[in-house]
Amino acid sequence: MKHIPTLFIQELRSQLYAPATYAAGVLFLVLMGAIYVLLLTSSAQMPQEATPAEEFFQLFFIPVWFMVPMLTMRSFAEERRLGTLETLLTTPVTSFEIVVSKFLAAYFLYICLWSLTLLFPYVVSTVSGGIVIAGQLNSPSTLIGGYTFIAVSGLLYTATGIFTSSLTRSQLISAMLSFCLLFIFITGAKMIALIPLGQNPELVSLTNVPEYLRTFQHLEDFSRGILDTRPFFFYTSNAFLMLGLTTLVVRRKH
Amino acid sequence: MPHQDKNLPLAIEVQHLTRTFGSSVKAVNDVSFSVKQGEIVGFLGPNGAGKSTTLRILAGLLPATSGRASIMGFCVATENGEIKRRIGYMPETNPLPDDMTVEEYLRYRACLKELPRWTRRSRVQTVMEMCDLQHKARKKLIGTLSKGFRQRVGIADAIIAQPDVVIMDEPTIGLDPHQVIGIRQLIDSMRGRMTVIISSHILSEIELSCDSVIIINHGRLVAQGSPQKLRQKFLPARRYYVDCKTNADTILSALQTVHTETRIVRSNDTFDGFTRYEIEIPNEAMLGEEIVHELVNKRHIHLREITCKKPCLEDVFLAATRQSWRETTEILPTKK
Repeated sequence: MKHIPTLFIQELRSQLYAPATYAAGVLFLVLMGAIYVLLLTSSAQMPQEATPAEEFFQLFFIPVWFMVPMLTMRSFAEERRLGTLETLLTTPVTSFEIVVSKFLAAYFLYICLWSLTLLFPYVVSTVSGGIVIAGQLNSPSTLIGGYTFIAVSGLLYTATGIFTSSLTRSQLISAMLSFCLLFIFITGAKMIALIPLGQNPELVSLTNVPEYLRTFQHLEDFSRGILDTRPFFFYTSNAFLMLGLTTLVVRRKH
Repeated sequence: MPHQDKNLPLAIEVQHLTRTFGSSVKAVNDVSFSVKQGEIVGFLGPNGAGKSTTLRILAGLLPATSGRASIMGFCVATENGEIKRRIGYMPETNPLPDDMTVEEYLRYRACLKELPRWTRRSRVQTVMEMCDLQHKARKKLIGTLSKGFRQRVGIADAIIAQPDVVIMDEPTIGLDPHQVIGIRQLIDSMRGRMTVIISSHILSEIELSCDSVIIINHGRLVAQGSPQKLRQKFLPARRYYVDCKTNADTILSALQTVHTETRIVRSNDTFDGFTRYEIEIPNEAMLGEEIVHELVNKRHIHLREITCKKPCLEDVFLAATRQSWRETTEILPTKK
């Protein structure tokens, strides 16, 4: 594991040189800024059931679907296309160290971009000339829960992007695969839960399985300040599974 | 200077190495060879002969289907971590990141290759000087470098950690003659300190810099040994150029008194009325003196010049691969 810091810095540097990183950053901030403004406007016009911050987190999947593929598509696909992965694997570095460092670099950028949204209430407060106080827009429990959910679920989503990048030499195919898998992860359980299973008690008990996997349910719990260990275990274990699979693919395909 | 010491331990040992792609394509087929420590070895073969596959197996990038390869006594298949600490590998395509400067890249590689922190800076300076990167390319982005400089960066990377074995796949590809000479001098400077295995198509360079040569064709080992030994094995006959003003029968009858099996391989008329005969004598011994004596005494032959043609590595390579093709085509019908 001693090579991870060197590889991480190099990967981060390489990400910061890539136009896709800036494209992802700009798109994310513009989109999330627009969503935030729309939510604030609708809250100002009529009373809402949820606070703007809660509704803001409910729409987390929109940026995730494009931001994660854009941040991760380059990691292995580009190295494989250029052939630099081959020279990297002739050094005393292990495949797992390479995978972990690429994952950490992408995850670091993912968290950095989400962290910038913390400034939105302060921007609103400044623009409104102090009419709106930033503290009023932020409920601490919602903020802590929402950002914890973003950080924990981001582990799995970023690992998924890294995994799809290891499967191909094409960044475009990697991004498309990543989008498809993320779509399934985020909405799949909700879709399965919609399947009518009749009145049979044994079948009805099966609905607990998709319930456990429902991303939106997790987010709701987190937003209400409930820090359940099951989603922690679900996202971290699956992130490790994805990283393990990526390591196997890198070893097998070089 | 070629360097041959029979008592040196082995740096590379390959035994019955086979690599199959799919169910039938044998890229490497039962290849066995060994390389002594400190030797510089040329790895030759036509396109598709299995050179790069063999080198990739040695670098630990590709598993062999069967057989065993070891570097400095460590098995490539099972002790991959140890192998990586003992080799420097430069692939044929020489992939490099375009967005780093030469110095940044070499420092990064020195770090990955576990050079002690306090030696990294000086080692990077040393290899940049060795590869002539210090003045012109040090601060340049790799993406802006010419092909020659990129090759030098690849070589600098391969030798930066002073590995026991340096594996270079076509290091001189795409270089101009000045750059090729520069690379040759660089490889010469490693003689005795590192074991170097180079695959190349520039046979004259291989002949000048390598102590021994390995030739493979169709995935099979065709020959291994010093260029001198291979010359004796594949081209035992001596060839001479004789410029004179006489017909072929006269010169042939004169030379058959020196050796009865002398034959004329080809003849060309020159612009000044002389004819250049290429004579082959199936004898390893130098018979130049006898030939001169025989022809000078016969005034009607009008002898102008006699040159002994020393077969170069290219001739040996062509003879060896031609022989292996003949053997392969003989084997194939019987198999059917």
